[in-house]
Amino acid sequence: MSLDSKIPEGDLEVKWRDYKSHVKLVNPSNKRKLEVIVVGTGLAGASAAAALGELGYKVKAFCFQDSPRRAHSISAQGGINAAKNYQNDGDSVFRLFYDTVKGGDYRSREANVYRLAEVSASIIDQCVAQGVPFAREYGGLLSNRSFGGTQVQRTFYAAGQTGQQLLLGAYSALERQVALGNVKMYSRHEMLDVVMIDGKARGIIARDLITGELERYFGHSVLLCTGGYANVFYLSTNAMGCNVTASWKAHKKGAYFGNPCFTQIHPTCIPVSGDHQSKLTLMSESLRNDGRIWVPKKQGDNRKPTDIPETERDYYLERRYPAFGNLVPRDVASRASKERCDEGYGVGTTKMAVYLDFTDAIKRYGMIELGKQGLETADDKTIEKLGKAVITEKYGNLFEMYEKITSENPYEIPMRIYPAAHYTMGGLWVDYELMTTIPGLYCLGEANFSDHGANRLGASALMQGLADGYFVIPYTLGNYLADEIRTATIPTTHPAFEDTENAVRIRIEKLMNIKGSESVESFHKRLGKIMWDKCGMARNEKGLQSAIEELRALRTEFWSNVRIPGEINEMNPELDKAGRVADFIELGELMCMDALDRKESCGGHFREEMQTEEGEAKRDDANYSYVSAWEYAEGGEKLHKEELAFDVVKPTQRSYK
Amino acid sequence: MEHYNMDLTLKVWKQNNSKTKGRFETYEVKGISSEMSFLEMFDVLNERLISEDKDPIAFDHDCREGICGMCSMYVNGRAHGPWEKNTVCQLHMRAFKSGETIVVEPWRSAAFPVIKDLVVDRDAFDRIIQAGGYISVNTGNAVDANTLPIEKYRADESFFAASCIGCGACVAACPNGSAMLFVSAKVSQLALLPQGEPERKTRVLNMVAQMDKEGFGNCSNVYACEAECPKGVSVANIARMNREYLSAGLSDEASI
Ligand SMILES: Cc1cc2nc3c(=O)[nH]c(=O)nc-3n(C[C@H](O)[C@H](O)[C@H](O)COP(=O)(O)OP(=O)(O)OC[C@H]3O[C@@H](n4cnc5c(N)ncnc54)[C@H](O)[C@@H]3O)c2cc1C
Ligand code: SF4
Ligand code: FES
Repeated sequence: MSLDSKIPEGDLEVKWRDYKSHVKLVNPSNKRKLEVIVVGTGLAGASAAAALGELGYKVKAFCFQDSPRRAHSISAQGGINAAKNYQNDGDSVFRLFYDTVKGGDYRSREANVYRLAEVSASIIDQCVAQGVPFAREYGGLLSNRSFGGTQVQRTFYAAGQTGQQLLLGAYSALERQVALGNVKMYSRHEMLDVVMIDGKARGIIARDLITGELERYFGHSVLLCTGGYANVFYLSTNAMGCNVTASWKAHKKGAYFGNPCFTQIHPTCIPVSGDHQSKLTLMSESLRNDGRIWVPKKQGDNRKPTDIPETERDYYLERRYPAFGNLVPRDVASRASKERCDEGYGVGTTKMAVYLDFTDAIKRYGMIELGKQGLETADDKTIEKLGKAVITEKYGNLFEMYEKITSENPYEIPMRIYPAAHYTMGGLWVDYELMTTIPGLYCLGEANFSDHGANRLGASALMQGLADGYFVIPYTLGNYLADEIRTATIPTTHPAFEDTENAVRIRIEKLMNIKGSESVESFHKRLGKIMWDKCGMARNEKGLQSAIEELRALRTEFWSNVRIPGEINEMNPELDKAGRVADFIELGELMCMDALDRKESCGGHFREEMQTEEGEAKRDDANYSYVSAWEYAEGGEKLHKEELAFDVVKPTQRSYK
Repeated sequence: MEHYNMDLTLKVWKQNNSKTKGRFETYEVKGISSEMSFLEMFDVLNERLISEDKDPIAFDHDCREGICGMCSMYVNGRAHGPWEKNTVCQLHMRAFKSGETIVVEPWRSAAFPVIKDLVVDRDAFDRIIQAGGYISVNTGNAVDANTLPIEKYRADESFFAASCIGCGACVAACPNGSAMLFVSAKVSQLALLPQGEPERKTRVLNMVAQMDKEGFGNCSNVYACEAECPKGVSVANIARMNREYLSAGLSDEASI
């Protein structure tokens, strides 16, 4: 099958407008007869389900948590981008588009990214109308901050809880549609397979996580909005339940997997403290607006950070990248921390950490506040107090979170931070309409591969999730469903449902019958270690090859020695997790294959063999300017390539110097 | 801070499902690091139970950073445990000393039936939101976001109310099992914003009606909810909701 990205003709600026003007429509009375399954109710899924419910489609929505309000989107901290140019600092749709393509290291589709930038402003309007309490200035207008990889202030935020507020907005829109009877919500349900009839996605098999029962659901089309797969690394900033199962099942049914090796390692996370660690906590990128990153100039310096004088500190990001300083994109910042720690300059007990220091910001804000009060000078204490109050207003909840975890007060002692797995740019391959290679199966939000290329810029995931759900899918889905108005609801007694359910049942029974001696958690940890060491921040041919061998062995061992307690027909979190880890192990292998294939460094994908003399990522546009799209086939994964065309932005060596 | 290891006795509520009766089970755990989170301590215990072919303890959790509202344990008689303004997933073991006995129970409320062990059913909260916890604005209808300036203090107050994570600790902490703090937080968030104005009256009436229908208790101004709320949602919201309710009720009658 050849890949058709279905990018509309015409200039970049008119593609989406023209598409919307000519796309097929479904009339209201037909919408009522068309059923749509939305799997996942994070930002992408909740916004899609709500918007489609509003249009009159019959929607069924699923999530594995006890409520849609708990999706992982809730934990996003820093903010959401939009090209509003409220700050009059030169922002525009084009600039947001340009920054995103460049930030993604020229591995995303221009047309998709342009559309994203184009609809970004409407997202903010919609959210404000829903009652999302974004931060405001004293004049009552919306406030903005900057984020990495850009030089304008276009990030909207609600303290350090932006994801929470946006998700609660989408959740309330969703619950309104539930109340109106347009959406039926299935919480504590996990989708375990796609049902295919005549080559089209026509439903899902889901497991009720309370009773363990398998259930069948029909839909004229199915939308996967199931989030990212960073938990393949075991330790990540993602919520514990984040998984790849829905995408992986779809992949095995024919959906190509795009750029699986493109994963984002976030530079500012609280470092690992011990073997008991179950997850890592992000300290939002917004902190880099005010915090300065440094390590001691001397290797193995064991002094307290506050005892190290200014002249003996190396603010290495400011030194290496004077133009962007502490605000370089994530991939660049992460690698720079790793480099310093690998060279022996790391701090803290494990020496795998760097400092993020707010002393200067506290002073600076203190002086500004002083000025606002009409005073010229005051003692250091007063200035500090004023400055700290500003920092509290901006990042209070993050500072509290840091102190709860580390029992250190970041107002007094610099934070210790280190990179951690955070986000996955890769995901199911989709065309311009967000359809996967399976007709009728769509993929939205972090679960798809589409807009961020090889590296996502901060505050762009929330934007993409809501763009997909509120403003893209309501148009593109109609284009498909317009041809489905004659397809009557297919009863779930259809043999395809029966067969798929049986296959799911057999797999669950197989898992339960292994009755081995090692826990699911233990396998997940081992998987994470292989992936982090060999397919993490730096990758090389030898490491990747050996990772593939190790993952194959791990997979065999898992299927012969995993121990799952309890029964099938009851609430059984260990069983839920077992299915997810089994899928992660398979995905891990594909990630390594993809990383092996891509003999260039770009964005988050750093092949040690491919770097400039200064240690920066070296892209190879002549040979690797493509999206890798992997097809699952008997006898192994098969690689397809979607060549990328850059008509507007000319790929250059990314420079933040 | 100095790290230390501790041995503890845990008394944990075990209940197979909503139909069976529950009981406390006692577990001894050893070598728990003060750096672990409370849930990581449960991970360690569950790993051991699995290796001994025993039934692990089911508990709800997801983000483990205090924002999803999924975790819900009643620790030594307090919702979310001993720390102020804290979820149980953010509670760390340095809150305890070696030799202590810790009692862990699920939320107790008629409106939150136990599903298994420490897992409860909080669907009632979703149904209260369905009754009116939203602004009726279809996608694509919105005006420019800066059309309506909102005083900063109002926006901030609205945000503080909106920071509720829907965990249900307020209900669990309340001797009457009242959901007033949760409901008032949503009512306040939207009542404080100009966008929430058109539905201000019906919203509060419908949400309170649904709350009563779900079997939550009455508020008798004990304020245990505020003390245990991990996000510090203020009881001032309850007062605001009472005012909203009263004036909505009055004008409702007047209009008949
Ligand atoms: C700590 C943290 C902070 C972040 N901060 C920011 C930020 O400031 N700005 C920004 O732009 N981005 C941020 N991000 C990234 C951003 O939050 C995510 O990329 C985004 O929220 C993903 O949304 P989503 O809707 O695609 O998926 P999710 O929110 O992950 O939702 C997935 C949904 O799918 C459901 N699901 C999954 N599998 C199944 C299945 N098999 N069956 C049924 N349901 C299933 C889940 O229940 C859930 O409802 C952050 C991420 C993290 C981890
Ligand atoms: S008001 Fe507080 S305690 Fe109650 S649900 Fe909200 S966050 Fe939890
Ligand atoms: S697990 Fe999310 S708040 Fe505790």
